[in-house]
Amino acid sequence: MTQLNYSDIGDLFEAVSGTRNDVNQTSVLPRIVKLDRRQFLKMTGAVGGGLMLSFGVPKAFASTNTNTFQPNGYVKIDGSGIVLYAKNPEIGQGVKTSLPMIVAEELDVAWEDVTVEQSRIDQAAYGMQFAGGSTAIPMNWTALRTAGATARKMLIDAAAKRWNVSSHAITTDRSHVVHAASGQKASYLELASEAAAIPVPSADSLVLKDAKDFRILGKRVTGVDNEALMRGQPLFGIDQSVPGMKYAVYQKCPAIGGKVKSANLDEIKAMPGIEDAFVLEGNDNAAELLPGVAIVAVNTWSAIQAKRALKIEWEETEASTDSWSRAIDEAEALRHKSGPRVVDTGDVDKAFENSQKQASGFYRYAFTSHAQLEPQNCTASFSDGKLELWAPTQTPGAAIMSAATVVGIQPTNVTLHQTRCGGGFGRRLYNDFTCESAAIAKRAGVPVKLQWTREDDMAYDLYRAGGFHQMHGSVDENGKISGWRDRFITFTNGGGRPVSGGGISQGVFPGGLLDNVRVEQTALEWKNRCAAWRAPGSNVFAFVVGSFLHELAHAAGRDHLDVLLEVLGEPRQLGPRGMHTGRAAEVVRVAAKEAGWGRELGNGRGMGVSFYYSHAGHIAEVAEVSVSEDKQVTVHKVTVAADVGPIVNMSGAENQVQGSVVDALSTMFNLAVSFENGRVEQSNFDKYSMLRMPSTPEIDVHFLQTDNPPTGLGEPAFPPLAPAVYNAIFEATGHRARTMPISDEGFSLA
Amino acid sequence: MNIKINDEMRDLGDLDPQTPLLWALRDELDLVGTKFGCGISQCGACTVLVDNVAVKSCTYPIASVGESEVTTIEGLAEPTGELNPVQQAWVDLDVAQCGYCQSGQVMAAEALLRKNPNPNDDEIDQAMASNICRCGTYIRIREAVKSAASMRSPGNAGDVR
Repeated sequence: MTQLNYSDIGDLFEAVSGTRNDVNQTSVLPRIVKLDRRQFLKMTGAVGGGLMLSFGVPKAFASTNTNTFQPNGYVKIDGSGIVLYAKNPEIGQGVKTSLPMIVAEELDVAWEDVTVEQSRIDQAAYGMQFAGGSTAIPMNWTALRTAGATARKMLIDAAAKRWNVSSHAITTDRSHVVHAASGQKASYLELASEAAAIPVPSADSLVLKDAKDFRILGKRVTGVDNEALMRGQPLFGIDQSVPGMKYAVYQKCPAIGGKVKSANLDEIKAMPGIEDAFVLEGNDNAAELLPGVAIVAVNTWSAIQAKRALKIEWEETEASTDSWSRAIDEAEALRHKSGPRVVDTGDVDKAFENSQKQASGFYRYAFTSHAQLEPQNCTASFSDGKLELWAPTQTPGAAIMSAATVVGIQPTNVTLHQTRCGGGFGRRLYNDFTCESAAIAKRAGVPVKLQWTREDDMAYDLYRAGGFHQMHGSVDENGKISGWRDRFITFTNGGGRPVSGGGISQGVFPGGLLDNVRVEQTALEWKNRCAAWRAPGSNVFAFVVGSFLHELAHAAGRDHLDVLLEVLGEPRQLGPRGMHTGRAAEVVRVAAKEAGWGRELGNGRGMGVSFYYSHAGHIAEVAEVSVSEDKQVTVHKVTVAADVGPIVNMSGAENQVQGSVVDALSTMFNLAVSFENGRVEQSNFDKYSMLRMPSTPEIDVHFLQTDNPPTGLGEPAFPPLAPAVYNAIFEATGHRARTMPISDEGFSLA
Repeated sequence: MNIKINDEMRDLGDLDPQTPLLWALRDELDLVGTKFGCGISQCGACTVLVDNVAVKSCTYPIASVGESEVTTIEGLAEPTGELNPVQQAWVDLDVAQCGYCQSGQVMAAEALLRKNPNPNDDEIDQAMASNICRCGTYIRIREAVKSAASMRSPGNAGDVR
């Protein structure tokens, strides 16, 4: 089977999430699915075909208990209560609450009657189970509504049979079946065993609710794990333990690609609390198992101390020598030369020639780390050729496949228990940590909990790639943007193909909107692993294009809002998975209006606007800032207008948007990892300074709640923030910052 | 070694006295609500109370506990099992996203309110500044602290939404 590496995984998730979009009717998704279907199935661990974008409700959850009504994988009702199953990993995006809400709505239960449980990982039954690309809502919306409606119909039919009346005369109301004519009423619990005997109806015989009748969807529903979190219950991967379990750590070469030459294993084994120490060779797949030294101990602290005492001689002939400062020098030289064209629409050269005004600027953004707060960990138990994993992963299916490869068994002999994840942001799409734990458990012969330290997480991340853009644009005699050239210098992990999140396609804004657009793309060789990071691609491209649009508006002497709306143009759909310009313009107008665009702000204060389309979400943001003499920036308010279709959980949705704004602000001001001699220079949070409460601005969120198909909110509110703030800083100071993080230009966040 | 945790004397046997309290809680006592985030007192995920004061348990050796009383997230609820006001505010205002930092946030908030029952915005910001929420739930954390303050002392009008 073809090896699937982390770059493939990132590309495929970008495709699934619609981050990469060709506007010329050739969406990347079908293309990649067609070409790499086998790889895609391996990546997600999906079984069988037809599971890509829609799949039926899992059937055949045959229960041995005839008193249990379990018509599909999402609903279980018996005399003791109503259980709804959440199928996807919870990483903070709220799906353990929002997905069951969709089932509950059509089942017509009272939410307080429901207990939610994480479903088992079983992709034959559930289709793909993963957290990535803001896809959980759009991919499951119809299937979950159908699942709830199916169960409701069966309960109605059971009541009709019991009361000997027509099922058409029966309605439901908050976990009860009601026959108004006779005044009879029965709870779902009472009817469970009779409903279990009713044949499962076909999906096309079901009538789904009209949105105006929704009683749960769109409401503010609090997280189903809230109380357990507050009681400190063992929800996360790091909280798991199994009988006889030991504690493991794993030291890899600080430069990716290095191998263990020798290590002071005897000294380590003699340390207190240490049970074993050994070398693992790795399996030549950087997405699975890198070489290193494993230590197995009686507790985590002993293991960490022993890890600090390790003396390892590394063989570094093949190791990374990546250098960020060298990359900056290379980009500086390349920005003056034209590169291979990946987008070339109209005639850019002619547009420049005939222009009234031109502008140019060299943009740069740094590499960043995911920094999910729960360090990587996985508990593994291997015995009798079977592997059991307790894993905080975003891709449990892929984790099973990879771990099976690493320990040399069939995937059917791997059981994975999905835990809650202490943040994801894309890091847990990649299962190196689960592979390591599996390999260590097999070799040690005891169950182990592998614990990465924060230093491990910083040193062995799959980073958001840095990048450089030499921008050049023109404005015609009417003040309209006439030409747009983006000379993009990105990175490749070999072979020239850009790293995940580091490739521009025609669909990248404002492609498809301007007549004359050219994107040139050159990739610098890079050994460290780069991959998906919250809103891949979009999280950096938005900064560049959103800022440069403002530069051109300024060059034209026009209001940025007017120019932005002009660029969006007439309402139209740009390709099957592209944006709708009418929806885009509407969120821009709403954000501007709510923020009070155009009002007098006074000296040292400015307002900036930005729009970006990613992960099927249309989102505009307006930032209002003031900047002091010493470049200290106070962000007074961020106004967000979002069209992601109908909102599933208003509480969760608002939280996602506000959190995305905070994360994006944190990233644009302070976050960077740099590399020298192949090694990451920042080892912990003292050198990777995330935003804290005192810097948090007011964030005003507006959802348009259109009848467009619902989509996810884990990512799309992130990209528009940075350009809105950069533009506001320009308005306040006249200084055009083009570097991210902006602290590299001397700005700080108050 | 014996230390008092959540009103109970707990025996840590001959555990290395330099072991950080965090790992003693998690690995030896199965109190896993206190979280590991950075190991260098930067993120606050490991915050517990030692004699009512918020400390970072990842760098606090068990040898330093002495006669002091340690309170963890597991020890906050009333003896009846009812959540305390800070916990209840966190649930009601739906603060958490991933939730990983929140036990540390709650302990920091609890320490603040024990010392200052009616903090203003600046005091809340300063007290909570040693805790990172990677998901960025600070707006709700701030609201929840205010809500908890008014629940604890109903006389406090506060400016709860």
